Amino acid sequence: MRERDALVGKTAEAVARSSYGKLIAFLAARSRDVAGAEDALSEAFASALARWPKDGIPDNPEAWLLAAARRKSIDAHRRRKRSEGASDHLKIMADELATANDNTVPDKRLLLMFACAHPAVDEAIRAPLILQTVLGFDAATIASAFLIAPASMGQRLVRAKAKIRGAAIPFRLPEPDELRERLDAVLDAIYAAYTEGWSDPAATDMHRRELAGEAIWLGRLVCASLPGEPEALGLLALMLHCEARHDARRDRDGEFVPLAEQNNDLWNSAMIDEAEMHLRRAAEMRAIGRFQLEAAVQSAHAVRRTSGRADWRAILTLYDALWDLTRSPVVAINRAVAIAEIEGAQEGLAVLEAQARDKRLLQYQPYWAARAELLSRIGRIAEATEAYVQAIGLETDPAVRRFLQRKRAALGSDRGVC
Amino acid sequence: MKYMLLIYADPVGFAALKPAEAQAAMAAYEAFTTALENEKVLIHSERLRPTSEATTIHVENGKNKVLNGPYVETKEQLGGYFVIEAPDLDAALKWAARCPGSHHGTIEVRPVWKM
Repeated sequence: MRERDALVGKTAEAVARSSYGKLIAFLAARSRDVAGAEDALSEAFASALARWPKDGIPDNPEAWLLAAARRKSIDAHRRRKRSEGASDHLKIMADELATANDNTVPDKRLLLMFACAHPAVDEAIRAPLILQTVLGFDAATIASAFLIAPASMGQRLVRAKAKIRGAAIPFRLPEPDELRERLDAVLDAIYAAYTEGWSDPAATDMHRRELAGEAIWLGRLVCASLPGEPEALGLLALMLHCEARHDARRDRDGEFVPLAEQNNDLWNSAMIDEAEMHLRRAAEMRAIGRFQLEAAVQSAHAVRRTSGRADWRAILTLYDALWDLTRSPVVAINRAVAIAEIEGAQEGLAVLEAQARDKRLLQYQPYWAARAELLSRIGRIAEATEAYVQAIGLETDPAVRRFLQRKRAALGSDRGVC
Repeated sequence: MKYMLLIYADPVGFAALKPAEAQAAMAAYEAFTTALENEKVLIHSERLRPTSEATTIHVENGKNKVLNGPYVETKEQLGGYFVIEAPDLDAALKWAARCPGSHHGTIEVRPVWKM
């Protein structure tokens, strides 16, 4: 019996993983009641865990769960029949019951993502909302990944779902003239999920580690659903390039290894090749964008596999284009670093210092780390030390902090010679 | 779904228009209203007189507290509204974007509570 329970548990977990978002998207698509769909589905999972050990696992667990969730949902609406819109809701459900095919659940996850990333939804909650509704992450897990207090994350998710339902944000593909802009919001949300996961490459926190993988999965889903969108392919390529370096980003002791010092034998070639394939397909569509450019930068780093050196001229050209497009301070720093690689540390430093008029940079660890590195290359050790101190103070990742401290200590020993 | 489009604009802007410009502005609103009617979307619409003519009242402990002026004194004021019927927020936003008020001011789109 215990074995059987374990099998049921495993099957339920597997269905939860593969079908959760599909079921939520389908249940909520017409009513736009995401919270109601979540409640109904969680009740359906509970009855699966109670019934399957006795009745056996159904042939089509997904269809079973959908039918159960719908019954729960109809019950819930009967209970509050008098409340607003309940009769509309029952009509929608009856229509769906009449038209649905029992064996396949139509995939509306992309539409759910577009609803979650709608401009009428608070931008900061879009990525968490997608993670919760499409992937089934609970609020506490998402809160820990995004470093937000669980109670406030929970509240914001509830509010966003109430907005979707109350304001009737549609589950549908945007009109062609709006598609690109709306898709950007979806891609931004996916990328936000990815970078939250990426920032913990040591995988000390399993939630975050999973986040990166799930974000890539969402990226694949968007590419499969909208195969003609070059930026979706660009984002997927970018995430795959970064993910390919996962094993090289930390050494055996878990210490941070910067890109320039990574052993490229540890890079995942299959992932890089796949990224390159997506990027080529995107380029053929001839509509350049931020994610394609960023993926191309990673691609120019990845040529180290064959040539032994990153293609810094290509990287600089790409950062020039990214700078024109985004005016992002992060891009400004990377551009200065690329100039240093091509023209020398002095020139790179001059560009970096010119950028520092943007006061945002002074709060940003990579600015100080880049400055410290360039200063140390031209022997301005005292200033380099100061810059490392700033960088160390701003860094939150302990492994990166230790790396910066080692760099700073190495400067000290140089000075000892004088 | 019923939505209310609340038009917030700086009344000084309209007051400063030359007669011909003011007439063109009114014509734009009329054209928008006609479009709403033709599409059978319009439920109700009014233009509001300026906030200098507004009065607020709040009842506290059975006493009427009456004050001159709008609820909140801001540069942009509620100048009028449209109540429309739309299938979802995107459709409502599309109408709001066509309303002249979204050009010379800002429109707040609010779903109407279903009773």
